[in-house]
Amino acid sequence: MNDGGHDSGGETVALRMTGISKRFGPVQALSDVTFTARKGTVHALVGENGAGKSTLMKILAGVHQPDAGQIEIHGETMVFANPGQAIEAGISMIYQELDLAEDLTVAANVFLGIELHGRLPWTIDHKRMAEETQALADRFNFDIDATATVAELSTGDCQIVEVLKALMRKASIIVMDEPTSSLSEREAARLFEIVRDLRGRGYTIIYISHRLEEIVDLADDISVLRDGYVVHTGSAANLAIPQIVHHMVGRELKDFYPARQVEIGEVLFKAQGISSAAGIEDISFEVRAGEIVGMAGLVGAGRTEVARAIFGVDGQTGGTLHLGGEQLAIASPADAITAGIAYLTEDRKRTGLCLELPCSWNVTLPNLCAIGMKYVISPGRETQIARQYGSKISLKWASPTAPADSLSGGNQQKVLIARWLLAESKFLIVDEPTRGIDVGAKKEIYTLLNDLAGQGKGILFISSELPELFGITDRILVMRRGRLVGNLKTKDTSPDWVMHLAAVEEN
Amino acid sequence: MGKLTRQLLPFGTLILFIGGLSILEPETFLTLENFLNVLRRSSVPGIIALAMTFVIISGGIDLSVGSMLAIAGMIGGLLLSKLSGWPYWMAAFAASFMTMVTGAVCGLMNGTMITKLKLPPFIVTLGTMSAFRGISYVMNDGQPYDMPTYRYLGEGVITLWKTLEAPKPEQFALEVERVLWPWQNVDLSQFAERSRVVSHGIPVSVLIFVVLIAAAGFVLKYTRLGRYTYAIGSNKQAAFHSGINVDLNLVAIYALTGLFTGIAAMIQNSRTVSAQPTAGQAMELDVIAAVVIGGASLSGGRGTLTGTVIGILLISFLRNGCTLLGISTNIQLIVIGAIIIVAVSVDQLARSRVSAIDD
Repeated sequence: MNDGGHDSGGETVALRMTGISKRFGPVQALSDVTFTARKGTVHALVGENGAGKSTLMKILAGVHQPDAGQIEIHGETMVFANPGQAIEAGISMIYQELDLAEDLTVAANVFLGIELHGRLPWTIDHKRMAEETQALADRFNFDIDATATVAELSTGDCQIVEVLKALMRKASIIVMDEPTSSLSEREAARLFEIVRDLRGRGYTIIYISHRLEEIVDLADDISVLRDGYVVHTGSAANLAIPQIVHHMVGRELKDFYPARQVEIGEVLFKAQGISSAAGIEDISFEVRAGEIVGMAGLVGAGRTEVARAIFGVDGQTGGTLHLGGEQLAIASPADAITAGIAYLTEDRKRTGLCLELPCSWNVTLPNLCAIGMKYVISPGRETQIARQYGSKISLKWASPTAPADSLSGGNQQKVLIARWLLAESKFLIVDEPTRGIDVGAKKEIYTLLNDLAGQGKGILFISSELPELFGITDRILVMRRGRLVGNLKTKDTSPDWVMHLAAVEEN
Repeated sequence: MGKLTRQLLPFGTLILFIGGLSILEPETFLTLENFLNVLRRSSVPGIIALAMTFVIISGGIDLSVGSMLAIAGMIGGLLLSKLSGWPYWMAAFAASFMTMVTGAVCGLMNGTMITKLKLPPFIVTLGTMSAFRGISYVMNDGQPYDMPTYRYLGEGVITLWKTLEAPKPEQFALEVERVLWPWQNVDLSQFAERSRVVSHGIPVSVLIFVVLIAAAGFVLKYTRLGRYTYAIGSNKQAAFHSGINVDLNLVAIYALTGLFTGIAAMIQNSRTVSAQPTAGQAMELDVIAAVVIGGASLSGGRGTLTGTVIGILLISFLRNGCTLLGISTNIQLIVIGAIIIVAVSVDQLARSRVSAIDD
């Protein structure tokens, strides 16, 4: 598999990205990234969520434009103003959520946007498109029917359609973003065959995956991104999984995190054998008063689903919940809130805030009854309450009546925190609370959560960033494929081990 | 800033319109009589528009209000005709009550189907728009019910003063002979033939409209139902995650729309002194237009009752003005259409500064 004795100088470089930087508002997504892929190789790109992999690839695909840096394709400097130009230059992206038109045939998808015309003007030659698609598929030994409708295909077959799409557009560099995340083992094995075959035919594959075993198996080269920097790049031959993991997580923890000096009390929250239709099974854990319990896992491991099951968003299909010794019957978020559970959701824009409404309304939304406004709302007192809770967490807003979308990401997150502070919940679930907010606001949120724990509340802290889990939690739960696979004391474990549990399948 | 222009534009247009017509047609337009007439005509679509504001803020739509007006009215008419043996005021009261109940039940059906069958409001109310209309036709074989003495809600007034009108020599028209206190009575037999006493004051329908504006305004601003209406329209998922019973609130909003439409149906019956199966045809479009001109967003989360009232007045004065100026109803349609498009595009322009942050 390894073309032995390669050194990158002597071979043809298919892609070279130099000094790429990109900033989104307050977040520096990429800093001076240099990335080189040799022709006819599989180059794996790894890193934690938010490390910048997707941004880098979206720049390559012309979706985003870099603030600095340049892209060379086969030695030629290119500037992509839009995805069309990147496709023109031979770059094809296969995203995790495949974008295929489900009701069209395989051939129609493969030729989408580059349809073959029939003899009459404005007509499409379906027959010739099907023939050419079939011929291409046969040439690559893909077992697929060009006239089948995409909706009837398995996810694995859809991947093949995407590959055919790329090939039909004469792509020379194919980027695959988490291609195996929703494939069965057999389908994944078939995809690896295809990737190896394409490599053999001189295509360059950039392969993004969280599954480290498949990466060491498949890749010729590996680059590791962390916090927008390339922290390692080189041959895969002399790199083992623990080393990759270390590169991915190896940050210094500094005094970025508040000191945990909390008296940990009695068991406050207890989940026993929780299952839900969303794919989590038999989840049991406890959170004590004053304790911050982290939850780690890869994207899709079922962490958010655990939160949703507890909060009554997804129906539970089994298990029991106890809070403060009492058994809870939770069928909806309303029940959970009444019971004293708060859930700071993962996506503040989609499931958290009413963006065009005033901040004060967002703060009081679940709490109107609790603040004595069950029948009549008093806007003046409402604004005053919002202002009071906002100042507790140094929320920066023009006025509590300003619409929520006028705030920065960090302050929007604080509006939601103010909401749950006002609710005086006993048990808080926070899901990726620091995603997409700047470093200063992150630190404030850690301090705030620490203070809440100090008041005897229990906190379940879901995060994809291991450093923050290690920075502020007392224990870490690890999820993999809908199951709880680890329950570790933070001070007795290491980021490498947590990542190992989360990413490595044990058979 | 954008919010301000949004409110000012329809209001400014309304003021300009009234000003312009006052100059062009001072004798006919700028009279108390004419203004009260416009308000009286606004009351039926206006009352429905108040409720439609809730529906649209919640991110929904109700296309069935016009048909609902007909079916609620027909039920009232049917009941009144069946209760001919009752004392008149009791029969009228029962008919009015059933008209309101019918409206509320129709709205309840819309809300229940939208939430339980998880269908888009557009589809459900498109269906019920057709079904309610059909039922109104079937009820009396397409014929209206006469409601000869059912006038008070539509044409009655809260008397502020009365005038005694009497014929003058060599003139057909009556002229005001004397102004009376509301409680004053005169013996007509002392005056010439055809003399009469006329009551002046606030039309009952306008009074109902004003009271409902206040009530709806209170609910929208000062109650949880109003607050949750905004939250559901702005972000249904966020509302649900905040523990709001989204379905229950939506059902309440559609039932409220039915109730308001039922009240409007009573006034409509009273104005035409009959229950017409054709009542309210295409009225849903005027009502939705008024709400949208008033600044509500069809994607939900935004809208005000002040805006809606301005919107409905704008449409009513426009109709009235065009009629006085002798402009045909066809042209009125074109003008109303243009105003809708201008109002909404100004809104879009004011809000086009969309942030393009991607994470």
